[in-house]
Amino acid sequence: MKALYNKRTGDILVWLLLLTMPYWIRWVGGYTSLGTRVLVLGLAAMSLNFLLGFTGVLSFGHAAYFGLGAYGAGMTIKYLVPSTPVGILVGVLVGTVAAGVVGALIVRLRGVYFAMVTIAFGQVFYFIAFRWNAVTGGDDGLSGWKRLPINLGFHTVDILNNDKAFYFLVLACFAVSVGIMAALLRSPFGRTLLAIRENERRARFLGIPIERHIWLSWLISCLFVSLSGALYALLNNFSDPHNLHWSQSGDFVIMAVLGGMRSFWGPLIGAAIFVILQDYLSSLTDNWQSFIGLFFVLVVLFFPRGVLGIIKRKVTQ
Amino acid sequence: MTQLILYNVFNGLIIGAFYALMALGLSLILNLSGVINFAHGGFLAVGAYLAYTLMPHVGFWGALILAPFLTALIGIAVERFLIRRVYGRDPLYSLLLTFGLAFIFEDGTRYIYGPQTLPFSVPDWLNRPLSSQYFFLTGYRLFMVLLVIAVVIGLFLILSRTRLGMRIRAGTGDLETVSVLGVNVRILRNLNFGLGIYLAGLAGVLAAGMLGLQPTIGTSLIMPSFVAIIIGGLGSLPGTLLGGILIGVASGITGVFLPSASEAVIYVMMALVLLIRPQGLLGEEGRVQ
Repeated sequence: MKALYNKRTGDILVWLLLLTMPYWIRWVGGYTSLGTRVLVLGLAAMSLNFLLGFTGVLSFGHAAYFGLGAYGAGMTIKYLVPSTPVGILVGVLVGTVAAGVVGALIVRLRGVYFAMVTIAFGQVFYFIAFRWNAVTGGDDGLSGWKRLPINLGFHTVDILNNDKAFYFLVLACFAVSVGIMAALLRSPFGRTLLAIRENERRARFLGIPIERHIWLSWLISCLFVSLSGALYALLNNFSDPHNLHWSQSGDFVIMAVLGGMRSFWGPLIGAAIFVILQDYLSSLTDNWQSFIGLFFVLVVLFFPRGVLGIIKRKVTQ
Repeated sequence: MTQLILYNVFNGLIIGAFYALMALGLSLILNLSGVINFAHGGFLAVGAYLAYTLMPHVGFWGALILAPFLTALIGIAVERFLIRRVYGRDPLYSLLLTFGLAFIFEDGTRYIYGPQTLPFSVPDWLNRPLSSQYFFLTGYRLFMVLLVIAVVIGLFLILSRTRLGMRIRAGTGDLETVSVLGVNVRILRNLNFGLGIYLAGLAGVLAAGMLGLQPTIGTSLIMPSFVAIIIGGLGSLPGTLLGGILIGVASGITGVFLPSASEAVIYVMMALVLLIRPQGLLGEEGRVQ
């Protein structure tokens, strides 16, 4: 058990599992696009956790930037430039810029109030997508576009019809994002974020500009969430207004908590459990929403440390 | 044109009254217990559907009196068995807990009563327009506004004149001292939660009479209530009231000129308030941190 928890072994295990996923997921009753969904939502939950678990700031409105990424990518491919990489880029840009503006308004708030304001701001984008029928497709979502093959010059990767190729594109984006976040957390900047999480007042007395750090952490977190939003839209060939809705934010938070928000890989594990559970429940009953709600309640009451939190405690005891 | 503007302002006032009722309940709970009750909209729906179920037996007036009380009792039970367990923990957990409850309430009402809109009829004499020129001014709408005013006055009287109200206000300021002075804080928070849920249940019955019943009836009202609290000022009940009415009227007026922006305008207002006065219109400085 102790050996399994060794950081390096854990990292290698995660990457090995992710690299080989398309080849074994069928054997355990899944399908490739389910694996891709886990990866995309896992990236979103890990990005949220950069802010939630490692800066100690509670955002309940990350769906807004997830959705902006999704609509940014979809609308670019549908109306402007028929190219997958450009779509992803625009999606990330739109989400990040919006997050930068909103972030500047809210960095002074803390705790439960920060959460409340992030939720409320998230709804603006939901209403825009919902109301601006002609462009966004309104309640029906933005359809009528597809992800396009990527032309590398010497070779064209057909990510549209080849599920595995698309999986590896997502995995590449995932690896880069996760690598950057891990490096940031190891850097002095990341350590400062931990200091703010542990004792904000003391950090302030040490001369750390708290608001600027929180704003940056929020921006980084939202940047990678927009990226995962763009990838999610590409996965479904569809941008859904539900992606922007506050209930989606709740899903991200529960993923982070379920997996363990004090650990780096926790949210990915949480996302895997959540996505599989949702997939299973919605095929089983029409009332899966009640069961998801019940699941939220049970996690909070009996499982607040998450999977990795519990393993960590077992190992250190 | 004047008539159209008047119509929308009045409509906004009514919507604002709903927001205020919801937001006051949310604010009571948030101030004393530090819990954002996501399930508040769910409780509103419970109130509405309880009234629908009771009406054939006790009539409209009976339902109007009984349903909010029953909703409050359910609220007290939910606080006793679930919400109480997350007090003092990271606000994250209370958010997730009430979030899950909101899912269960919405889906549960859909399961029991079906997804279609159910009619909820108010007495005929209330539904008649009061004047032929101002057709929108039905007795029911006027009655709603008057009732909300009465309830709000009642709430502020409870808070300022009764022992329970004084303890709630004192606890909002410093719960620990109140506890040391011999007040049972558990019961105080429990009753305070019930009071907040009573307001949600009442808003549910009134909304049902105007809009009919739908499982999503509460979900659409909860976000503007958050905005009302933020605009009005965290920790200030008069501020919450003001915020609710302000955003209701603002979205009503915007509806005249730019209907598609009537929902978004309140968030723009929130952004402006946060930019100019982060603690909200009537909020005290320092409460936001």
